[in-house]
Amino acid sequence: MADYKNEFGWFAPKPTVEKKIYSLKAVAVGLGIFLVVFGAPLLLNMGQVHPVPQPSLDTPAIQKLAEKERQCVEPTEWMRANHMQLLWDWREQVVRTGERYYTTSQGKKVLASLSNNCMECHSNKSQFCDQCHNYVAVAPNCWGCHLPKEQNVAKAEGK
Amino acid sequence: MGINRRDFLKLAGLLGLGGKAAFELVLPGEVEAAVARTEATGTRWAVVVDMRKLTDKVAARCIEACHSLHNVPNYLEPPDPKLALSEDLKNRWQIKWIWTDVYEHAFVGFEQDHKWDKLQGMNFLLLCNHCDNPPCVRVCPTQATYRRPDGIVMMDMHRCIGCRFCMAGCPYAARSFNWRDPRPYIAKINPNYPTREIGVVEKCLLCEERLAQGQQPACVEASGGALIFGNLNEENSPVRAALRAHYTIRRKPYLGTNPQVYYIV
Ligand code: SF4
Ligand code: SF4
Ligand code: SF4
Repeated sequence: MADYKNEFGWFAPKPTVEKKIYSLKAVAVGLGIFLVVFGAPLLLNMGQVHPVPQPSLDTPAIQKLAEKERQCVEPTEWMRANHMQLLWDWREQVVRTGERYYTTSQGKKVLASLSNNCMECHSNKSQFCDQCHNYVAVAPNCWGCHLPKEQNVAKAEGK
Repeated sequence: MGINRRDFLKLAGLLGLGGKAAFELVLPGEVEAAVARTEATGTRWAVVVDMRKLTDKVAARCIEACHSLHNVPNYLEPPDPKLALSEDLKNRWQIKWIWTDVYEHAFVGFEQDHKWDKLQGMNFLLLCNHCDNPPCVRVCPTQATYRRPDGIVMMDMHRCIGCRFCMAGCPYAARSFNWRDPRPYIAKINPNYPTREIGVVEKCLLCEERLAQGQQPACVEASGGALIFGNLNEENSPVRAALRAHYTIRRKPYLGTNPQVYYIV
């Protein structure tokens, strides 16, 4: 047995600890439970195919537009990546500065309003907004106050 | 401001802090931003209430116009009888942007023996005074309540954390807190105007959304001349003309809030 230096500088025989797992059964059971609990989401969803979300553009307001004018306030690609930031900026701009219009990159002036502009065209929240939001599991808190105006459309289309 | 209401509340809760202390720690230096005063030029909106024309019927019309336009829930007479509340809860939950109360309650501190006997029991139409020196703005730790250059004491509901300091600060009871989700108590939701959420404070915003479109406030429009609205900084505006021609009183002016709703009595 080799000599061993502890923190006080004295020499003492190195203590020996038996290398073994104590109460192997309990450890194994615990490990098993851990694996089941944390692995469940993976296991349950394994092999399932989630279709890529297809937000629908089929609303009366969009259909009414001529093919050439069928464009959001900014290009679709940009909107897909940045709509949340845009809405956030609109919110600050309208509430804090009172400026209610937004000038698009094409120089067009549009009303900066979720309910009174976005949702006029996208009057199908469940088929448009919710499609991607559910897919990526985000819950925007817009709808606690702002109204999606979806019922109106359902009624109008039901006629 | 790279922080939203939800995150702020979470962070403050995590740190075990409340109100101003939380704000000082999370976003230092943001609290003591100025309570800006209006310049004598530009716009300064004000309301004059002509009590000679204000009957209870007119007042009810004004209240209805405001509350239906702005999705103000009705806890006193819920749209669905199943939602009826106890007297206690009615009192506690009530939300009002514009309401009536008798002279003795509304003008506390104005008592003058028998001189104003005729005002006793008179029903006054009350709303946020859009004070020139608003205590609600002073105490708001998040600047959710702030003063616009045109004198409107505005609210940013996105930023309100529901601390209710402003309700304690307002000496006119012009503010109400959403103790619960208000939507079931709104008889007919106006889809063009947002509702509020549980946990925020609300009040009259002087119809800033209508002013932006060049319209008069809804209550003024519905009042048939009993309410007069205009720009105090403009010599010939209807409010200035009314103030020149008549004696008016204001609610609790001795508090130094400089309220901007005037009453012709
Ligand atoms: S009446 Fe109350 S809520 Fe309105 S500005 Fe004055 S203090 Fe603020
Ligand atoms: S409750 Fe009043 S004081 Fe508190 S954050 Fe909201 S507006 Fe400001
Ligand atoms: S000014 Fe507008 S928000 Fe204020 S009480 Fe009148 S109608 Fe309501």
